[in-house]
Amino acid sequence: MKLPRWFHLFGSPPFVYRLAGALTPWLGIIACTLLIVGAYWGLVVAPPDAVQGEVYRILYIHPQTAYVSMMAYVVMAVTAGIGYIWRIKLAHAVAVSAAPIGASFTACALVSGSLWGRPTWGTYWEWGDPRIMFETLLLFLFLSYLALRAAFEDRDKADRVSAILAVVGVVNVPIIHYSVLWWNTLHQGPTISKLDSPSMATEFLIPFLIMITGFTFCFYWLLLSRLKAEIVERERDTRWLQDALQGGRP
Amino acid sequence: MKPRQQRMALIAGVLVGVVVAVGFGFRAFQENLSYFFSPSDVAAGKSPTGRSFRLGGMVVNDSVQREAGSLTIDFTVTDFANAVPVRYTGVLPDLFKEGKGVVVRGQVGADGRFVAQEVLAKHDENYMPPEVKDALAKSRQAENK
Repeated sequence: MKLPRWFHLFGSPPFVYRLAGALTPWLGIIACTLLIVGAYWGLVVAPPDAVQGEVYRILYIHPQTAYVSMMAYVVMAVTAGIGYIWRIKLAHAVAVSAAPIGASFTACALVSGSLWGRPTWGTYWEWGDPRIMFETLLLFLFLSYLALRAAFEDRDKADRVSAILAVVGVVNVPIIHYSVLWWNTLHQGPTISKLDSPSMATEFLIPFLIMITGFTFCFYWLLLSRLKAEIVERERDTRWLQDALQGGRP
Repeated sequence: MKPRQQRMALIAGVLVGVVVAVGFGFRAFQENLSYFFSPSDVAAGKSPTGRSFRLGGMVVNDSVQREAGSLTIDFTVTDFANAVPVRYTGVLPDLFKEGKGVVVRGQVGADGRFVAQEVLAKHDENYMPPEVKDALAKSRQAENK
């Protein structure tokens, strides 16, 4: 399989560096606006839940961070795979940039879920609940990807070896998603992604969707910011970058 | 094969291998991966005996009986096919309610009663404001009349 010609434009560090530089402020503005509006709407305007009371407001943080953590892993695995197969260094740079963001979102999802679990389920942490276990495994996959990279002096070798780990770990993402359907779990089943009518009141659904969009923009904002730094790190000896950093056009 | 195709085949091969391995693993450990056993599992003798395990289901309506002057409580857990009587002494989570999901950890005593050391409330995936819930309950009552 050959990649289309335009695709190779995205393998060119100067092009991507400029593209990321142009996009990051916009992504940042959109992300911050959506998150502020969504948080105010969800935490202040939306009514309390009939069963859970005010505790349900984790609904505006936890599912979103969990969703972004899985999306981040898919981004990391796909770009690492592309980098491995077509030997595109920039694709590896995207994977490296996604890993710490994904790990942070995974940690947020685990911590927020734990804080919610205490008042609703009656426990902070349940060893053996499949959803909790596989999400924890996701955190360790991100961390082991970063640890494995750190074990190599040579960056190209680190790119190649860690890419295989990233691709293999992607198996975990559908397992997390379907864990609540395949096995008995303490974690509740899906609310949004099931195909019959969504079992969430509209008052909750709107801020929920605003927050999920906001966190998604937030992820890509952080990803491109990190990618720029990663390109600077990788291309620091090149002429175009030195020109760009001194204000000239590359 | 070109080197690029070799790498593609390697990635695809490793991925397929891992999926197959994980699939077999899940088939083998299906029971162990489940977080709790249902009352039907208990009735069919699938649950472990002599050690504690988790039992999950719905608290039967009007089955909760509190012993006066203590924290001991009796209730029945059902999966709509079988039911298991449960006894628990301790503080219940806020969301523990008749007609709602529950997961209890403990073991089956000699009298067939499940003695729980821990009770966790299983929350469902429905979210609605209190007014909507009241309206739903009213319309359901009207239907039943």
